[in-house]
Amino acid sequence: MAITYTSGEQVEVYRFSIPATILIPLIAVFLQAWLSRRFPFFTIFDLPLLVVIGFATARRNPLAGLFTGGLIGILQDALTGLQIGLYGISLTVVGFGASSLGIKLDVENAGARFLLTIFFYVVHEVVFFMIARGLVGLRIAWSWPHELLSGVANAVLGILVFMMLDRVKQRT
Amino acid sequence: MDVLGRYRNLIVLVGVLFAQVLGLAVQVKRTSDSESTRLIRVWAVGAVTPFERALVWMQTSSGNLWHNYFYLRGVRAENRSLKAQIEQMRLEQVRMSQDADQARRLQALLAFKEQFISQTMAAQIIGGTGSELSRSVYIDKGYKDGIKADMAVITADGIVGKVLRVYRSTSLVLLIDDQTSGVGAILDKTRLQGILRGTPSGEVVLEKVMSDETVPAGELVLTSGGDGIFPKGLLVGRVTRVTPGSELFLNIRVHPAADLSKLEEVLVVTKIDERQAEPDQTGVARAVDILAERLPGVPSKSESAEKDGEKGAAGTAKTTTSTTAPGAPTSPGSEAKPKAAPPQASASGGAPVASPAGAGSGTVSSASSGSSPRTTPTSTGTEGVKVSPKPVKAAVAPKPQPAVEDSPH
Repeated sequence: MAITYTSGEQVEVYRFSIPATILIPLIAVFLQAWLSRRFPFFTIFDLPLLVVIGFATARRNPLAGLFTGGLIGILQDALTGLQIGLYGISLTVVGFGASSLGIKLDVENAGARFLLTIFFYVVHEVVFFMIARGLVGLRIAWSWPHELLSGVANAVLGILVFMMLDRVKQRT
Repeated sequence: MDVLGRYRNLIVLVGVLFAQVLGLAVQVKRTSDSESTRLIRVWAVGAVTPFERALVWMQTSSGNLWHNYFYLRGVRAENRSLKAQIEQMRLEQVRMSQDADQARRLQALLAFKEQFISQTMAAQIIGGTGSELSRSVYIDKGYKDGIKADMAVITADGIVGKVLRVYRSTSLVLLIDDQTSGVGAILDKTRLQGILRGTPSGEVVLEKVMSDETVPAGELVLTSGGDGIFPKGLLVGRVTRVTPGSELFLNIRVHPAADLSKLEEVLVVTKIDERQAEPDQTGVARAVDILAERLPGVPSKSESAEKDGEKGAAGTAKTTTSTTAPGAPTSPGSEAKPKAAPPQASASGGAPVASPAGAGSGTVSSASSGSSPRTTPTSTGTEGVKVSPKPVKAAVAPKPQPAVEDSPH
């Protein structure tokens, strides 16, 4: 449960195969679009965000994390009718932050992952809200209860997603 | 150089963020997609939609198998009820076509121009965007099928949205509950015009209606045609709640007629014709015509008198000669009037067919060659509507039972 502070040498660094690196984000974006259409309640989840956090914490490389986040975000943006960059920017920040934190903390256990996901979900929403409201001019409202509830829901799903990612990650 | 090396990650992060913010700012300024963003969208849609197409195909195939082969229970009963419904709707249709014809005549007098949906294309919903902020769906038709941006998308229930972006074999449809959509709308009875918009929470509101107006809940909302995308008069939805809004305008909530969360198939309006209204010259069909066809007729006075005469001649005790004019022919066949159709005729599709055998004498056979609409042999309802020039008044009498007794014993 505890998030332990470790040195860079103590933490394991993982990598993902090229097919996994390409296919997993694609499947996440596809499932997000598909399931949200079939089951409207699924819009509270954010599968691409969970994949970004999962990749970033496993790789523990800030540059890889920010580029992974940026690309998955742009892919997500491209499917929407909105301007490209909204998800791109917020997931870039999340990817960078999660991988930077992954260097400092041991995030291998479920409890740590749970808290980490809630934290980065809120970060993602704050960044997204600021850009969508300030730069693009979308009319969106902020609700703390909604965001926290969604954060918890994503954290629960995140534990499952991270367990699946654990199966495909390879030790360097 | 050491500083650059030390803060390399942060510098890259700032650079990437700056590039994206800059790109976003450029897109906000421009109204249409630039080439680079368009390419990104094409690649993304090309990467994701094949999965969606495959899933929709599998789902549709298995659904068809279930519905076409296994789930046929109750189809017969449903068929019967639908037939009855069609009969009712035919009557309603005739009434409405009269209204429409009257409106067309008036419009022709005023040299009005009407918009007609002359061509549509059916499309299947294959996926969504996955974002709460972008209420849009993908359809399985693209520019290779003739779809263009800004085409209206509708269902039989009501309007759905407009085509926002077109790719080779898919298109993105912006739904009317998206916050960036806008539809010119008009209230059916009060004729107040406004702009229909979506909200971030997915509700649909009618804006720009002044607060000093009275809008009743339940009123229908139609397209006004003012947006240049939807033809005038399409059903949008129904007013659910009216509250005072900000800046002297009402806040009118509208429940869309089409269920936007459960769309499976839609129609893309690919062609809209504009022509001057012309009154319908094809002839008048009235609800009574339909009723006359459906109900077994009541013989007219002279006819019943004639029949009574026949009965009297045959030795029946009671005759009604009072209704027969003096000197009127009493022999059968000398002046034939259309006989009422036997009841079994209406069972064969609802249209009566004159049956010589049903009358048991030569009177009907000569009547069947007459001009009465009730003796016109018709097999389908629509034909019956078209060819009925004049109704027989007696046919709409509330007690059609005597006609049943016409059949020979």
